[in-house]
Amino acid sequence: MSDKNIQTTNRSRRSFLKRAGQLAALTALTGCVPSGKSTDTVSTHSKKDGGMTYRTTPTTGDKVSLLGYGCMRLPKIDGSEEFDQEAINRQVDYALEHGVNYFDTSPAYCRGLSERCMGIALSRHPRDSYYIATKLSNFAPSTWPREKSIEMYHNSLKELQTDYIDYLLLHAIGGGGMESYNARYEDNGMLDFLINEREEGRIRNLGFSYHGDVEVFDHLLKLHDEGRLKWDFVQIQLNYIDWAHAKEVNESNTNAEYLYGELRKRNIPAVVMEPLLGGRLASLPNNLLAMLKQERPDDSTASWAFRYAGTPEGILTVLSGMTYMEHLVENVNTYSPLEPVSEEEDRLLQKVATMLLQFPTVPCTDCKYCMPCPHGLDIPAIFAHYNKCVNAGDIVTDEMDPSYAKARRDFLVGYDRSVPKLRQADHCIHCEECISHCPQSIDIPGNMDLINNYAETLKRKQS
Amino acid sequence: MLKTIRVTLAIVMLLIVTFLFVDFTGLAPVFGWSVKIQLIPALLSLNLVIVACLVALTLIFGRIYCSVICPLGVSQDFMTWLRGKVGQKKTRKNRFHWIPAKSALRWSVFGLFTALMAFGTVHASLRAVASLIEPYSAWGRIASVTVRPLYRLVNNEMLAYEAERQGSTLFYQVDSAPMSVIVISVAVITLLVVGLTAFLHGRAYCNDICPVGTLLGWISRFSLLRPVINLDKCNGCRKCERNCKASCINAKEHDIDMSRCVVCMDCIGNCSTGAINYGIRKRQETVKPKDPTHIKPSEAGEPDHARRAFMVTAAAAAGAAVASAKEKLTDGGLADIVEKAPRKRVVPVVPPGAKSVKNFTTHCTACQLCISECPNQVLRPSTSLDNFMQPVMQFDKGYCRPECDRCSSVCPVGAIIPLEDVSMRSAVSVGHAVVDRDACLEANGTSKCGNCARRCPSQAIVMVEDKNSTEESPRRFPAVNESACIGCGACEYLCPVSPVSAIHVEGREVHVII
Repeated sequence: MSDKNIQTTNRSRRSFLKRAGQLAALTALTGCVPSGKSTDTVSTHSKKDGGMTYRTTPTTGDKVSLLGYGCMRLPKIDGSEEFDQEAINRQVDYALEHGVNYFDTSPAYCRGLSERCMGIALSRHPRDSYYIATKLSNFAPSTWPREKSIEMYHNSLKELQTDYIDYLLLHAIGGGGMESYNARYEDNGMLDFLINEREEGRIRNLGFSYHGDVEVFDHLLKLHDEGRLKWDFVQIQLNYIDWAHAKEVNESNTNAEYLYGELRKRNIPAVVMEPLLGGRLASLPNNLLAMLKQERPDDSTASWAFRYAGTPEGILTVLSGMTYMEHLVENVNTYSPLEPVSEEEDRLLQKVATMLLQFPTVPCTDCKYCMPCPHGLDIPAIFAHYNKCVNAGDIVTDEMDPSYAKARRDFLVGYDRSVPKLRQADHCIHCEECISHCPQSIDIPGNMDLINNYAETLKRKQS
Repeated sequence: MLKTIRVTLAIVMLLIVTFLFVDFTGLAPVFGWSVKIQLIPALLSLNLVIVACLVALTLIFGRIYCSVICPLGVSQDFMTWLRGKVGQKKTRKNRFHWIPAKSALRWSVFGLFTALMAFGTVHASLRAVASLIEPYSAWGRIASVTVRPLYRLVNNEMLAYEAERQGSTLFYQVDSAPMSVIVISVAVITLLVVGLTAFLHGRAYCNDICPVGTLLGWISRFSLLRPVINLDKCNGCRKCERNCKASCINAKEHDIDMSRCVVCMDCIGNCSTGAINYGIRKRQETVKPKDPTHIKPSEAGEPDHARRAFMVTAAAAAGAAVASAKEKLTDGGLADIVEKAPRKRVVPVVPPGAKSVKNFTTHCTACQLCISECPNQVLRPSTSLDNFMQPVMQFDKGYCRPECDRCSSVCPVGAIIPLEDVSMRSAVSVGHAVVDRDACLEANGTSKCGNCARRCPSQAIVMVEDKNSTEESPRRFPAVNESACIGCGACEYLCPVSPVSAIHVEGREVHVII
């Protein structure tokens, strides 16, 4: 990895001016949150001053903020692939200042640069003022040998500029089933290595994150029951869709209700990922938005999802990949303190979930694990554009439909705008490289065909 | 009054024709008539009704065609007008004078042009040389390399950018096919030569070189209506002669050479005594050019043949042949794309409606209108001498989409004849796909693929299992059903092997209906 990807200095004049403008806006926002004396007339969400809600871990007694900082979608410099270290630093500073103390990264995130960026930002603060969570992301078969995996772990310590990890996770177990799990952690002795590291104090909490095959999840809890090792925490996907409707989104997923229930039985705290289901719960179709606004006119749809994810007592922290300052400010606000979801509100959210499932969106969460596609496709961008049109009710097939012409134009013009022609779905050759990487087990090539066929139909049938 | 009408009509016509060359929204059906009424295109497409109308128009009104319909003529008037606005005051006005007609030159050029056009059936490059001085296609090339890029720049960088910012789809980005160095050179040289000639010498190009001018000039000698000098009113000031951009008024003899007069009506307005009227011809002996003066052949935009065009990017990008599936260790990012290069083909692929390569090359005057019109960036000017500057199909930026017949709807010369119906488009085979099994990812065992078969709009490609295929290394290769392949180029465009696709289209000499 070269340093040029992380820009720390030498900012151009233009981006400096832009930055200055953002800073000014930021001061307006930040100035008002902790004190509660709102000087910001633009921001509409209610200001609370109760301070961040914290949960305590049973094994180490860590006091963890309910809002955890997900470091998978770090901010980039406008229009480039370069990560914006200044923005990262500023957002980390803001988060710490407002009580967020859990930072979740991985050697695979952000094209492998997330740990380095976070190391730079966090090392500017006392080491005991925050908890670092990172993962053993040894997905690629070339990293399965013991020494390669250990090298990855040691590199995490180096990049994060620390000599211990607060929370270490086996990354995304369940993908590839038991076979892959055994190859990554059992056959090479890595699990024992990590248990030993915990005993030595270089890992304070050991856990795993789970996607995909539920057999592996059950197996790991069995190890816990049998006393092979004790898990300090487990990371699961939880939101008001996945609670009871995970199977309807994707056949291979497991309901969060079951996963959470199993952890609760054993008093293992759960870390929540995908509280917004890849942002989809933050941009609901208008009719569903109206249902939520009717209850709480000032609350965003995202804040509903965060309150939902944070309400169960066994939740340790809720991770959010906050790319922009305004997301961070809003989420801090939502959890300062948490207003639990009432039973009545819970019923409303279940209703929203059922209605949302009527929209046939692709369950992509924009995690970019599939990327880079070796054939140049921008898979998440293609899905995002399609989902946007589905949610807007803009998918039409009948050219007699009075809205056909507009929907057609919106889809095709928007498609070219969001995805360059040479990265569109028609270039998918079904090499199937991506399939095993998708934590949501989406049939990516199949969905590429679906979207391409839809685009083809529109192109061929002018109204 | 007459002049105002002429100027207004001329500006409107020039704008319409030029708009056709820059438009990308498919308004050709609305404005296509403006190029179909051009004389040479009408002759080439054997559109006798239009030819008859133009002859009749000239027989009644004189060479009004040159002043109103011809875009190259109108644009020259603009240059002449511009000359009257710049420079020292005394050089602005009264700068023309009577010049005897250079009949020998005119008719030699006309003869040569006709011969080259006729022998175009023998070899297309002869016609290509002739079309260099053909006024309509000359203007087409000029508009294509000057106004079009400008128009698209404004659209893309201002309108579409702003629309995207505001979330509107009213304007959208449009990609343009890469331009050919040869066409740019030819167009720029034509623009400079014709523009400069017009700036300095008025309608000299139209009266000495342009074959259309020569032909219509000959007809115009018999026109019913014309400017006539009333000897009773004329005070012999010669103002009319000194301001005639066609240099066709011999004020001393009170004679106007109708073979060169483009009935611009300038002289009528300029005459202080009202001695010139546009009216029915009086019996007069037609002017005979006294001495066909020694004429230096002026060069009318000979292109710089020396300059060779390159198959762009191909060589530069060579090497990175196949997007190799590198092992994935981290998330995110976009793989680099190796762009495809335009391809040399044994037989050129020409658009559906062309009937055959021969019909296409012998009719096309390389006006570039279909190239401007093609929404898929498939049509490109050829760099080969066999079909110099004429469009050929390339599939590196897109393919010939089955719902599109825009090129045939605009072609004014009958090189691309409109299909009965756009649905016929997928029944006309203009070429057939050829597979390079050594390069094919699936045939050589690199990766699963089958994209050509999957995306073929005519289902003309099947993936066949290799006889040597084993369960460990399953191998298939694409096979083309030539009786179903229409040569649209989808397979070539969507083949993952780059810059030279593992499957490509070869043209058919004669198009067939399948």
